[in-house]
Amino acid sequence: MSKAIIMTGNSAAALAAKMCRIQVVAAYPITPQTSITEAISNYVESGELKAEYVRVESEHSALTVCIAASTVGARAFTSTSSHGLLYMHEQVHWAAGSRLPIVMCCVNRGVGAPWSIFNDQQDSVSQRDTGWIQLYCRDNQEIIDTVIQAYKIAEAVSVPVMVCYDGFVLSHTMMPVVVPMQEQVDAFLPPLKTSGHLDTANPRNINPVVFPWRRADSQGVMRDGYMEIRYKLHSALNDARGVITQVNGEYARVFGRDHGGLLWDYNANAAEILIVAMGSIASESMPAIDSLRAQGINVGLIGVRAFRPFPKLEVREKLAGAKAIIVLEKAISYGHDGALACELKAALYGSAVRVPFHSYVAGLGGRDVNAKEIEAAITDSLKQIAEGNLEPPTHWLNCRTE
Amino acid sequence: MGYDIVWHGRGGQGVVVAAHILAQAAYLEGFGGITSAPQFGPERRGAPLTASTRISSTTIRTVSQVQKADIAVVLDPSLMRIINIAATLNDGGLIVINTNLQPHDFPAYAEYAVATCDALHIANGCGLLKDGSAVVNAPMVGALARASGIISLSSLEKVFTERFKGVLASVNLMAVNEAYVATILKKRGE
Repeated sequence: MSKAIIMTGNSAAALAAKMCRIQVVAAYPITPQTSITEAISNYVESGELKAEYVRVESEHSALTVCIAASTVGARAFTSTSSHGLLYMHEQVHWAAGSRLPIVMCCVNRGVGAPWSIFNDQQDSVSQRDTGWIQLYCRDNQEIIDTVIQAYKIAEAVSVPVMVCYDGFVLSHTMMPVVVPMQEQVDAFLPPLKTSGHLDTANPRNINPVVFPWRRADSQGVMRDGYMEIRYKLHSALNDARGVITQVNGEYARVFGRDHGGLLWDYNANAAEILIVAMGSIASESMPAIDSLRAQGINVGLIGVRAFRPFPKLEVREKLAGAKAIIVLEKAISYGHDGALACELKAALYGSAVRVPFHSYVAGLGGRDVNAKEIEAAITDSLKQIAEGNLEPPTHWLNCRTE
Repeated sequence: MGYDIVWHGRGGQGVVVAAHILAQAAYLEGFGGITSAPQFGPERRGAPLTASTRISSTTIRTVSQVQKADIAVVLDPSLMRIINIAATLNDGGLIVINTNLQPHDFPAYAEYAVATCDALHIANGCGLLKDGSAVVNAPMVGALARASGIISLSSLEKVFTERFKGVLASVNLMAVNEAYVATILKKRGE
């Protein structure tokens, strides 16, 4: 029987990385991520983890080290937050374009200016179109389990995976976490086979300048142009939907915990009002759902775990019976809607789901969001919908807007 | 069934560690739902700081900050001059104070249960010191255990023995035990 230990989200992430037997780690300190890499450097220093810990002068270099290590077939790990993630932005694209199975934890934090060290999801959401798989966790158990799953997914589809979880709210909050047995992790995640990218017997250029058109190489073999390479990355992310689901299923069979693959739900079957959320705000919504149901309101919750690839068909299926949809999220696409709200509306276009749709941006820059406020927001939205306000612009929860 | 406990202290007093120790002891006590978190943000030595522990018989899904607590534990009584701790307590709540005074010396808290424990004196007496200063978090966990009855002394002993080794473990345990015995509890309205 595995044992539960009370630990922070960052401890869970570091422990998971160690149990995945990562071989190269490079990271640069940034709040609230720092304690992950502190823990990993302790593991390396004490000999508990046989990995190369490369010290770097910036996040850009941290991810570059991981790219180089992954290119020669090492299992590489890094973690960052906010400005750290944005500083590595060029290499975030490069890692995905190179099709490297790197795993990075993004401990979600708001982005400046003005400075904030506190939580929202603007950092990782702004990296939506870099070609990484993005998985969001709602509690510390999901963090340890998702990091382990992330390597399995990344190595199956040759696409890097960003494991995202809310800074402070999860990274610094302790809760019981069942730690998997090392032997089971080893069996679930065998050592990474070398990528074959670098081979002294077969020297070649990696990521040379590619032309707009397809063309023959020196052997006369037709090679992909830039657009084919991009199509393959896009296809790999599409294929990753099935892989994420399958890996989640396999994990559930081996370890006994099912986090839902692409998404999960709570009291959603036959619910008329469906709340959609991502990360810890989805967890915080659960007591609100309980309270509303106790008042006879038929409400359920859908937790989006995979933001990329986006579970379009699965979302449509889950929302098929909804009479109203309310989204709660910690990121905004400035000048449009909440980021998750945009995705959901796009996913529903052309489907039979044509129902009132409210969305809330909440908790930006760490503003506390509690279950009572969520309950009040849902109640208010239902009142507005009854009055005919069917699709207003995104609400700003608990924010002075006059 | 559940309890929200807020720890009031200053940076360097071991507020976060105290919250963690309580969480571990509560888990051993059979509570399945536990969260323990510092007040989010930067921490500075000497600055007022809180940490909170939520304890429940079922899984805790809420991760927002504790607004109103069932129990407040005050590691540094000077904070009571600058923070209105009563305003952060639920009706019928309990306040546990590190002080050489008695519960009836806190008339402003007549609406609440009040427990007092001279953790500073106990830590000094047991030689529970760090960098020359008395460590009051361990005895205050003992005081909380006695005043609240949520966790037993034996669960606390298990946590301390797992967390500390050798002399450090025995000094901590001595302080916890002494605090447990020395704590004076005045129930609401007494």
